[in-house]
Amino acid sequence: MKKFDKERVLLAVAGPVIALAVAFVLSAIVLIASGKNPVEPFALMFEQAGFSDIQVLIVNQASMYYIAALAVAIGFRMNLFNIGVDGQYQLAAMMAAIVGAHANLPAALQIPLLLLTAALTGAFWSGIAGVLKITRGVSEVVATIMLNSIATAVIGYLWLPDVFGVKIGNNNTTGEMHESGWVPGIDMGAAGEIYGLVILAVVLGIGYWLVLNRTRFGFDLRASGASESAAAASGVSPKRMVLTAMLLSGGLAGLAGLPILLGDTHTYSLNFPTGIGFLGIGIALLGRNSPVGIAFAALLWAWLDKASPELDFHGYDKEIAVIMQGLIVLAVVVSYEAVREWGLRRQQRRVGAELAAGHVLGATDNTEKEVAGR
Amino acid sequence: MTAVELAGITKRFPGVVANHDIHLTVRKGTVHALVGENGAGKSTLMKILYGMQKPDEGTIAVDGGKVAFSSPADAIARGIGMVHQHFMLADNLTVLENVVLGSEKLHGIGAKARRRITEISERYGLGVRPDVLVEELGVAARQRVEILKVLYRGARTLILDEPTAVLVPQEVDALFDNLRELKSEGLSVIFISHKLGEVLSVADEITVIRRGTTVGTAVPAGTTPRQLAELMVGSELPTPETAESTVTDRAVLTVDTLRLAAPGGKALLDDISFTIHAGEVLGIAGVEGNGQTELVDALIGLRQADSGTIRFLDQDITALPTRKRREQGVGYIPEDRHRHGLLLEAPLWENRILGHVTEKPNSKGVWLDPKGSQEDTRRIVETYDVRTPGIDVTAASLSGGNQQKLIVGREMSHKPRFLIAAHPTRGVDVGAQAAIWDHIREARREGLAVLLISADLDELIGLSDTLRVIYDGKLVADADPAAVTPEELGSAMTGAASGHLEHEEPPADGDEPERTVPPAADGPDRTVPPAGGGPGAQEARGDGADAEDTPGHGVPGADRNPGDAGPDAEKTRGDAGPDADKIRGDGGSGAEDEAR
Repeated sequence: MKKFDKERVLLAVAGPVIALAVAFVLSAIVLIASGKNPVEPFALMFEQAGFSDIQVLIVNQASMYYIAALAVAIGFRMNLFNIGVDGQYQLAAMMAAIVGAHANLPAALQIPLLLLTAALTGAFWSGIAGVLKITRGVSEVVATIMLNSIATAVIGYLWLPDVFGVKIGNNNTTGEMHESGWVPGIDMGAAGEIYGLVILAVVLGIGYWLVLNRTRFGFDLRASGASESAAAASGVSPKRMVLTAMLLSGGLAGLAGLPILLGDTHTYSLNFPTGIGFLGIGIALLGRNSPVGIAFAALLWAWLDKASPELDFHGYDKEIAVIMQGLIVLAVVVSYEAVREWGLRRQQRRVGAELAAGHVLGATDNTEKEVAGR
Repeated sequence: MTAVELAGITKRFPGVVANHDIHLTVRKGTVHALVGENGAGKSTLMKILYGMQKPDEGTIAVDGGKVAFSSPADAIARGIGMVHQHFMLADNLTVLENVVLGSEKLHGIGAKARRRITEISERYGLGVRPDVLVEELGVAARQRVEILKVLYRGARTLILDEPTAVLVPQEVDALFDNLRELKSEGLSVIFISHKLGEVLSVADEITVIRRGTTVGTAVPAGTTPRQLAELMVGSELPTPETAESTVTDRAVLTVDTLRLAAPGGKALLDDISFTIHAGEVLGIAGVEGNGQTELVDALIGLRQADSGTIRFLDQDITALPTRKRREQGVGYIPEDRHRHGLLLEAPLWENRILGHVTEKPNSKGVWLDPKGSQEDTRRIVETYDVRTPGIDVTAASLSGGNQQKLIVGREMSHKPRFLIAAHPTRGVDVGAQAAIWDHIREARREGLAVLLISADLDELIGLSDTLRVIYDGKLVADADPAAVTPEELGSAMTGAASGHLEHEEPPADGDEPERTVPPAADGPDRTVPPAGGGPGAQEARGDGADAEDTPGHGVPGADRNPGDAGPDAEKTRGDAGPDADKIRGDGGSGAEDEAR
């Protein structure tokens, strides 16, 4: 039985490794095609990863990618594509910023209040898509994309000075949050500060694993993703599961912007990072929806982001990192499907071989005769 | 002249019985039957012949010349065509459109093609009308369209994969007439089946496959079903017979005037009422698609009834969700195990949890209990003889029979009081079939109420205490399994008969499909199918001339009283089959679908 476990690990690692290798090679080809040295940019970027200040940046960035990717992954686990994480986290961060600027409770209450506000906002926003899906059969992909646009419009409205907006120079902000809602960072000396909410990302990752793999609810959710019909026959209410998964996904998505909001910017302004929700999709794919895999993928993405600006100083375009991210996503989709099918076939062959060799669990010649004799 | 010759075919294939050194010679102008139990390797062999798979070893020769097929197109080009068990027709296109689809180059898509279709249809007596929409056709007519499709493409050798599985006995006869037409025109037919009666009546030669290899050939005149059956299974034959009645008077499940309508308003189930008592197996016979699936869905809670009530023990469960029903003791062996019974890519122990996630040993409170379910999976694997190297392999890597045993084991492990068993032994090998029957019987003795739905009439008659026939969403007939023949059931399954089915002296002309007889006709001389116990039975069959005879008549020793658990009860499945073929020429064959 251990053999099959090893097999699983092998399969789990083979997909991403192949994808990354392919992506590196293709990126190198792009570099050669544009007449550049195909190796130096990577060397430069690897070098960057060794600097402690870059490391802090990578970890901070990765924490947000991680939460966003978890939000996407929970949808993926039950065959829902929440492409609206982007709108959900931005709107949620803004609501948290607004509440943080207007409510002023002791930190022990204020921070949970802000987390709750963000989670509920995200859940509300994705919940709209969930309700549309179960009542009207609207595809969640379409609904969440639309909701992304609507979120942008709502954010623009909330930024109006006579709503919640505070103009600072040319910048739209929601005003500075009260300090009780600031989450202190982990001081790394000269390298900077790691956001306090990096801890939240870790906790969410553990929670994600626990809920999915160790609870009845998680089993139902995974079963729904693996086979909707089998799950329904097993007693899962498909509609309820769709709505629950959408709410959970949106709730998680709502938290994605908080590490930087509560740890650094303390206001929701035009400078607030956008697009994390979309990057989360690629990261969830690369991480195979597993909390550990997503962690590696988030760090990889953050590294490509934070190490690439250095390339500009050496005559390379930092966009090579973006190209690489795109290539990774492409390669991932192809290689995972190939590895998955290969793995299934391989296992079937092995099971066939083991059975032919007589390695049958618990079956002796006796039981065989007994059955045949009936 | 040899049409097709397969020599030394070997195919190593994951998880299932591989083909090993298979030899098969099909002469021109003959019907060659390929028989073997489910999973013996018949389909694999035919996929090889049809170019869907490549053999690892061995050679294929067509008309004496060696060939290597890399796709079905190659096979068609060499005159080999296949009629699949599941039809591949587009409902919303006409027969003409379906036939020319993909072969537009042959005779175009217009008048020329229509002429050609009519020509083929007349030549082989297929009775296919080119301008009818396929959705208006019955199953048998669709099958003839499939055959025509293959002929249109120039096939000289036709492979028919279990063509009778979807037909009622009367339609089978019509099909066999078509096959005889084909062979009289010099075409060859490879007829795959595991129904020995049919094989003996239609085939000129028989090749038997067991565990992936050819174990013998025979000609119908020189063999008995028993010999064939034993060749097929290679051991003592199992029987679905239940020994003594265990029916009690405690109602477990009571369904009252259940109605379920399609979104358009057409009733899928109408006025369904029945009661199943503790220790009773209620069998539902019917051609697939007459409401069985909907009935099962309504009972397990996948669909809500529009009206009517379902009572389980003392509780009205009409509005209960699936999970509550399952928790309270409704077991479910689904019709389609891949869609409703398993998570194919999940390990066995997770599949053991499926459907019972809220119950011990799978969970404690809201938490899963992987240890508990893994341990119990090991127990199920051992008790139910699931052939697997471990419980961490995916369900997809098991063969169909082993998957089914796992499902049966899982459902039985929760001590259901009511079991929905939809085609419980479909696609499983003989050993597993016997084991599954045994488990059902055992649970029935302990008071389990079972709803049995099966396409295998012998299984239905053998296992059930009570039989009902479903037709067009209604329970149209009932029968005593001890006193009904497969052909009588067949009549009711096409809607030709209704009420209480009782055996009766056949009318003189023998082609009166109505067999409705008031219960008063009850007599001690009722013949008991699926009998064929006496040696005379074997002589009678295969003889097309006495087709008017209903089984039992002229078969010494086949008469017995219902419920008689005498030596006849030892009869085997293999014996039971042949009776089914005697209904050939029983009249009304194919009439129903022409009318549709």
